[in-house]
Amino acid sequence: MNAQELIQKHKLLECIHCGICTGSCPVSRNAGLNIRKYMREVVAHGDVTVHSQNELWSCTTCATCGIRCPKEIIPYEFLIDIRSLAVEKGQVAATIRDALESTFKNGNPWERIRSKRSEWTQGLEIKHISQGAEMLYFVGCTPAYDPRAQKIARSLAECLGKANVDFGILGVEENCCGSEIYGMGEKGLFEFLVEENMKIFRKHHIERIVTGCPHAFHTFKNRYDQTDFEVQHHTQLLSKVIEEGKLTFSKELKKQVIYHDPCFLGKQNGVYDEPRKAIESIPGVKLLEFDRTRERSLCCEGGGGRMWIDITGPRLAENRVRNATKYGAEILVTACPFCLSTFEDAVKTTGLEGKIQIMDLAELLSLAL
Amino acid sequence: MQKGEKLNDSQEIRIGVFICHCGTNIANTIDVKKVAEYASKLPEVTFASDERYVCSEPGQALIRDSIKKHNLNKVVIASCSPRMHEPTFRKTLEAAGLNSSLLEMVNIREQCSWVHMHEPKKATEKAKALVASAIAKAGLLEPLYPLKFKVTPSTLVVGAGIAGIQASLDLANKGFKVYLVERAPSIGGHMAQLDKTFPTLDCSACILTPKMVDVPRHPNINLLSYSEVKSVDGFIGNFKVVITKKARYINEVKCTSCGVCAEKCPVKNIPSEFNLGLGKRAATYVPFPQAVPPTYTIDKENCLWFTKGVCRVCEKVCPANAVDFSQEEQEIQVDVGTIIIATGYDLFDVKQKPEYGYEMYKDVISSLEFERLLSAAGPTGGKLVRPSNGIEPRKIAFIQCVGSRDVQTNPYCSRICCMASIKHAHQVKEKHPDAEVSVFYIDLRAFGKGYEEFYARVQQEGVNFVRGKAAEVYKEPNSDNLTLVFEDTLLGEVQEQEFDMVVLAAGLVPRTTAEPIQKMLKLSLSPDNFFLEAHPKLRPVETQIAGVYLCGCAQGPKDIPDVVAQASAAASQASIPLAKGEVVAEPTIAYVDQDLCCGCKVCESVCVYDAIEVEATDENGKAKVNEALCTCCGSCVAACPARAITLRGFTSEQISAQFEALLKPAQQRD
Repeated sequence: MNAQELIQKHKLLECIHCGICTGSCPVSRNAGLNIRKYMREVVAHGDVTVHSQNELWSCTTCATCGIRCPKEIIPYEFLIDIRSLAVEKGQVAATIRDALESTFKNGNPWERIRSKRSEWTQGLEIKHISQGAEMLYFVGCTPAYDPRAQKIARSLAECLGKANVDFGILGVEENCCGSEIYGMGEKGLFEFLVEENMKIFRKHHIERIVTGCPHAFHTFKNRYDQTDFEVQHHTQLLSKVIEEGKLTFSKELKKQVIYHDPCFLGKQNGVYDEPRKAIESIPGVKLLEFDRTRERSLCCEGGGGRMWIDITGPRLAENRVRNATKYGAEILVTACPFCLSTFEDAVKTTGLEGKIQIMDLAELLSLAL
Repeated sequence: MQKGEKLNDSQEIRIGVFICHCGTNIANTIDVKKVAEYASKLPEVTFASDERYVCSEPGQALIRDSIKKHNLNKVVIASCSPRMHEPTFRKTLEAAGLNSSLLEMVNIREQCSWVHMHEPKKATEKAKALVASAIAKAGLLEPLYPLKFKVTPSTLVVGAGIAGIQASLDLANKGFKVYLVERAPSIGGHMAQLDKTFPTLDCSACILTPKMVDVPRHPNINLLSYSEVKSVDGFIGNFKVVITKKARYINEVKCTSCGVCAEKCPVKNIPSEFNLGLGKRAATYVPFPQAVPPTYTIDKENCLWFTKGVCRVCEKVCPANAVDFSQEEQEIQVDVGTIIIATGYDLFDVKQKPEYGYEMYKDVISSLEFERLLSAAGPTGGKLVRPSNGIEPRKIAFIQCVGSRDVQTNPYCSRICCMASIKHAHQVKEKHPDAEVSVFYIDLRAFGKGYEEFYARVQQEGVNFVRGKAAEVYKEPNSDNLTLVFEDTLLGEVQEQEFDMVVLAAGLVPRTTAEPIQKMLKLSLSPDNFFLEAHPKLRPVETQIAGVYLCGCAQGPKDIPDVVAQASAAASQASIPLAKGEVVAEPTIAYVDQDLCCGCKVCESVCVYDAIEVEATDENGKAKVNEALCTCCGSCVAACPARAITLRGFTSEQISAQFEALLKPAQQRD
């Protein structure tokens, strides 16, 4: 894509340079990314400027820039196209290259082999979707492989089982949803994944999907351009089964809990109330709120391929866990495997171990079952 | 030719055709000589010519002379849009003794030369076809005569902010009766809420209240406050308006405005609408000290007698015996000749921009709330303090374009906010010279008289103008201050700064309460949802509905000087029919062939202007057109199953002839 095409596609001539995109960008201060200037450079120079890896890959695709733009320009989509140019030229960090290669080869960016994709189910009785089920639980790469995130999958399976939700999984047939691949700018690979996944979903006549990953949720919902199936995030389903009285709690949980809105769930899809309703339904739990909450939630820096590249500078996740303790929270609850992972790291680097716990909503609920 | 007389069937049709160059506008693309030559050869055409500017005096003289010289009885002019010069040419025909309806215009500029600029050959062919079609119609034109109606010499003005007040006073001073309707308990509108006005820093109340006081005193103004327009029927010159006067439960004549009722009213915690919730009022109240009328009003929603059936303390303490719980809503009917809409604006709901934390933080307020904090008659007595703790602010930020220039909310510029914030910044400096003031803007628009100079003055006063739209306001845990995040776009740097107060320069949006009147009058809205003027430049205070005029922010955001000027303009326009005493309507309207009409009422159901009605008789009711309301839209003509309705000036025969000429193969035009 050349400068002219970028200008056309992203309506760059309509930009009034108000700076709200860059001001809203969670990484602009730490990484020096000025997305407004990037766009201006393309218009002014008629060419795409070369940027430092640290800047270009710092974007988390949290979408705040696009949501707030008064001219409905979507700066992060522009940035993803700039990444595409870098990917085409092979000018990417080795870690990104490996993640992309692994996704192509193994169906996951974690460089793990396909046959181990359902290792997390060990000891649990979870049926394969081919055995017949009303709903597919799409696990996602991180909860499938990451030892910490596997607990999300196990807890969610437990909650769904308790609520008598008839679900099955794809097991080793499951592929990367493509969300992060899209964010890294490898759009060819993304299209390939969409095709592969749609083939598998069609093969199993999938009409309903639940996922614990907001990135998969967003991608299926908004980037697959499909009408075959409906997708729900687990916070929506869990809140619904609680409301219907299908999921009940036997234990009291006397805890102060603070909820962090994942960008792909909240800002990008407007799911704010369901996770809060679910948390508040647990007996004994007191729900706290961050100052920067809901539409103003501060990104954890886990999206947009950031799990596979190291960007220098202080971490927003550290700010988040520190503030959580300042508000008096004992548990910081989120609903995204990337948030979970960045917060777990931040607890360690800030020395807050033992002072605050990080949990996915499903994990929190399963504590009270 | 006398009225009612038709062109004699035997009379020879003699058409004159005039092709305009419009300088180079038409002639650069279309071969006008060729078109004229082609026209001259068509049957019934007696004379055809081209002219540099047909609308010019020499051009018109050519038409007049040709009519006489060649004894023309129909005229075709191919030039610009009839919206531009049809009235001009009608007068030209009249001057030459021809009925003005014997003119047919062809638009070969907007609809031909301008759109086919790069295809002159084809454009010429198209022009020939269009001219031939007009000639075909012209042959069938009949003389028509304008309709005249008497005018009731009075005006209804809806809304009594500065726009409605100014328009009413102007009309009343000209000697016309005015009914001024205001839905709130007092007149004054938003201007009454302002502390000072830019760039002159006049006290808003001081310059407004003399006008407010003049309104009820004026013998020609009937002020109907706490009232709403319920319905409007009729047409220009003859509107019938029903107004609902809400019950105040306090007699307007008896009330001396002593205020004892409010003093003794036990309900005192109602958020004051006038102070935008920053202060409280009692259930019996006047909105502000200078209210007009000064009559107190009992707010039924909150009064203990109405909500719980107890109290009536006000009734006991009123020394004038003015409290009257038995008062009922009244309906008043008035006849007016013209109507002025001056319904004003609403402030953009800043909650729609959650990034700025309005409602989350007490110290984030709207620009209008800031006015109330500055006002001596406001909730703090003019002391500028932080709403959260009552302490003087040391660092204040103004965020511009909240809800304006934003396609997600309102794409337009609200015009007043830049100057309002510059004024606010100045006022902060005046009250607290040491305070730090920053204005975060995208572009500063200081376009009015003395505005740029005022901006320069405030810059010199040390106000920090930062080019960048503020991105977000948040609070660090346990902090009293607000952190503002922004990009200084001139530096390309993202910064965070702490402030103790943030003022959101909220945009102006159309009044939601103006919707009923818009529906009643079938007024059009522009894409921004403000009322649409008849022409953005040449008819800025008229609407598409004859006799209905616009002024003030109902038509679009504007500052006080513009509002006042526009209000006077609307008053002036609205007085024209009143002064004339009669209105002339276009004769091109529908008429019903009574022999063919079967009274099926289909026409009634399709007419959006309520301009056709089947008369209720014992049997065989026939449709009748209200000549004043008919807009010549043609809906009834198309819908009539008996083909009993025709449009004068657009008969089926005329339209068919046009089509036939238009659809003729191009080679037959050589």
